[in-house]
Amino acid sequence: MSEHLTEIIVFTVLFLLVSGMGFVASRWRQPKDMAHLDEWGLGGRSFGGWITWFLVGGDLYTAYTFVAVPALIFGAGAAGFFAVPYTVIIYPLFFLILIRLWSVSHRHGFVTPADFVRTRFDSPTLALVIAITGIVATMPYIALQLIGIEAVLKTMGVTGESTIARHLPIIVAFAILAAYTYQSGLRAPALIAFVKDTLIYIVILVAIIYLPYKLGGWNAIFDAADAKFQASPAPNDGITLNANNQVQYFTLALGSALALFLYPHSITGVLASKNRDVIKRNMSALPAYSLLLGLIALLGYMAIASGVKPLPGAKPGTVDSNTVVPVLFDQQFPSWFAGVAFAAIGIGALVPAAIMSIAAANLFTRNIYKEYLRKDATHAQEANVAKITSLVVKIGAVACIVFLDPQFSIDLQLIGGVIILQTAPAVVIGLYTRWLHRGALIAGWAAGMAIGFWMLWQIPNAATGRKHFGGSAFPLSEFGLDSTKTIYVGFVAVLVNALVAVIVTLVLRAASVQEGIDGTKDDDYFADEGDARLEQQRTTPVENVSST
Amino acid sequence: MTEPERRRTDRSPWNWLLLVPIVVPLLTFLYNRDEPRIGGFPLFYWLQFAFILLGVGTTTLVYQMTKRRRP
Repeated sequence: MSEHLTEIIVFTVLFLLVSGMGFVASRWRQPKDMAHLDEWGLGGRSFGGWITWFLVGGDLYTAYTFVAVPALIFGAGAAGFFAVPYTVIIYPLFFLILIRLWSVSHRHGFVTPADFVRTRFDSPTLALVIAITGIVATMPYIALQLIGIEAVLKTMGVTGESTIARHLPIIVAFAILAAYTYQSGLRAPALIAFVKDTLIYIVILVAIIYLPYKLGGWNAIFDAADAKFQASPAPNDGITLNANNQVQYFTLALGSALALFLYPHSITGVLASKNRDVIKRNMSALPAYSLLLGLIALLGYMAIASGVKPLPGAKPGTVDSNTVVPVLFDQQFPSWFAGVAFAAIGIGALVPAAIMSIAAANLFTRNIYKEYLRKDATHAQEANVAKITSLVVKIGAVACIVFLDPQFSIDLQLIGGVIILQTAPAVVIGLYTRWLHRGALIAGWAAGMAIGFWMLWQIPNAATGRKHFGGSAFPLSEFGLDSTKTIYVGFVAVLVNALVAVIVTLVLRAASVQEGIDGTKDDDYFADEGDARLEQQRTTPVENVSST
Repeated sequence: MTEPERRRTDRSPWNWLLLVPIVVPLLTFLYNRDEPRIGGFPLFYWLQFAFILLGVGTTTLVYQMTKRRRP
């Protein structure tokens, strides 16, 4: 432990500094009335371009980025680089979709995607389905953030013998996080995101200049990786793709991109911005983080070139591949800078964890509590229920980490991706047309979930010896095709979902089943800051209305 | 500020350009090669990094060309 003392001190100081900021954040851009879900859960819907860039960037590019993607590259090579095309296509894909969602949400005061679905399709049941899917998909994602912190703590030698002792640091860290999220709401991660992202940009800039210099240049790094994969018996690794995993590569990139902005926490970040222009400009500015992600991914190859051995896993005989990057930093950087890098990862986990718990709390409050438990809830009651729910969600996430095998962090997230994709027909297609019947959307969702789970159940993981839920690459031969190729589960599931939704729509329409009344108007999808109707509803006045 | 009476829309022919950075990064046959390397980076990596610029350039262009003029 003593050899890591400098790292631990730097890490702790930065962590405490950020925690202080989290508590102070409740006074930042202070609202007239904090007891309103728009304030606690959406930061007053008032964030401009810069805050949104830091907030959404800090929200989408999580601890998963820093730990799991390089770990995947370290283990499998090129297949792990899907993270780059994935985060390139997201922005042009959602450029037009998000501004429609923003407009209609502001006009009607929607806080969650399920709120929108409820009004659009006049169906509390469909909204409930969307809300529960969102909450279930978010839970493992929050757990994933804890794994990021744990990988760092483990590298610094902060471990214990018993289960409780080993997990005590993250329990303390999450207790602090829970306390300031409770108090400050979305303002806390928005303010912390500035520190988190600045630290990460510094660390990665230093890493990609200093490490290749120490390791003999990029050529040597890629050659070392190539040599490792040539020597390994695994069929699908290498520094480029092979004939079998290209379909998996692009379907995973496309499926993950479609899923990302369906996650409740991404939508929370988007709805918190003050106008449509902020969103559009961010679609051009956010790819700066994709560049960062690509560079971080390559840390996996630097770890190979540097001869990193991942630390042992929880069970004897296993390794914890998530420790690859922390161990690389520990070996190569002076200890004070390794401490800064570890703090960047640790704080990097807090921002998304806070936003995710807020998003899950918003879903519960709006689409379960207000819909089914207390229809006449006041704004203050809503805000209060959301604050308490955010605490419960965090306790659930900590329980996930204490009781589940952390080795599967990336797969847990991929399962969440498959689930959340099943909300795409209702939310995304619903923004453009009401043609799909509400009953058919529920049927399609059920079909997509069923086939998604069945496929995930079928996938073994040779590396860890598990028979089920071993990954998201489904062999096409299971469909009876004569092929050795694999495809991304979520992609197949959402296609089945859409197909079932179309067929059932035709059936229900032929049977003249009631479709409900659309609560939105055409013009709602174009509303913007400055519209009289929209300004009346704001709980925080926006200072400079005509800034652009 | 009064609400404009004219019908608003997001439609524009420029929007079709957004398809380019969605489709190109998914075409694995374009970039699944090691050679030629640039600065030590295999083609697989540097070309996919270049797609980030393609994405930024396209969304910026579409944003500028479809900007709504404020009253």
